[in-house]
Amino acid sequence: MAAQTTSTVPGAAPADVPLTAWLWPVVAAWLAPGAGHFLLKRNGRGVLICVSVVAMFFLGLFMRGVMFTPEKGADYLTSVINYGGFAANLSAGALYLLASMFGYSQIDMAGAVHDYGTKFLVTAGLLNVLAMVDVWEIATGRKD
Amino acid sequence: MPKINLSHFEAAFLFSLFTSIVMGITSKNTQDERLKYGAQCFVYFIVALFGIGWAMRLGHG
Repeated sequence: MAAQTTSTVPGAAPADVPLTAWLWPVVAAWLAPGAGHFLLKRNGRGVLICVSVVAMFFLGLFMRGVMFTPEKGADYLTSVINYGGFAANLSAGALYLLASMFGYSQIDMAGAVHDYGTKFLVTAGLLNVLAMVDVWEIATGRKD
Repeated sequence: MPKINLSHFEAAFLFSLFTSIVMGITSKNTQDERLKYGAQCFVYFIVALFGIGWAMRLGHG
């Protein structure tokens, strides 16, 4: 006799969530910050995420932050920073792609404002990763 | 493209604000919990900002 298995883990997802239920919202959340939440009818949260990520990204651009490129550095740590920074920049989705397409390029130079700009650009991408994870959790029924 | 020059405080304040909003939204399950956690994160950011700022000033002599 097949045993009926039920999950007892709090917040655990239903067993059968089709790929299409979460894939498109997560892709949308990556491409346009907040779009995943809009697709899942969480409009208030979508607006707040969109405003926060877009504002951080544009503040980063206006402060002339540096976009990372995936290249090997002189040492291991520099390589990790370059690849990690590139992944974080890329996580901002269309914002990053459009900025690159329109030729945004800033050389790394000394100065607190430039440095803050670089951190804003990276953080915008990382916040978008949080939003994507949130969308995945909502779409798979792990959270409301 | 416009260029802006923010002070350390302005930049850190805006960073704290936007980060707290997203962390609040994505970390908790109910509206009240989100609001509370977001506000908590923001307060921690600001306390750390002033704390580390003063520590650097005093440490610098």
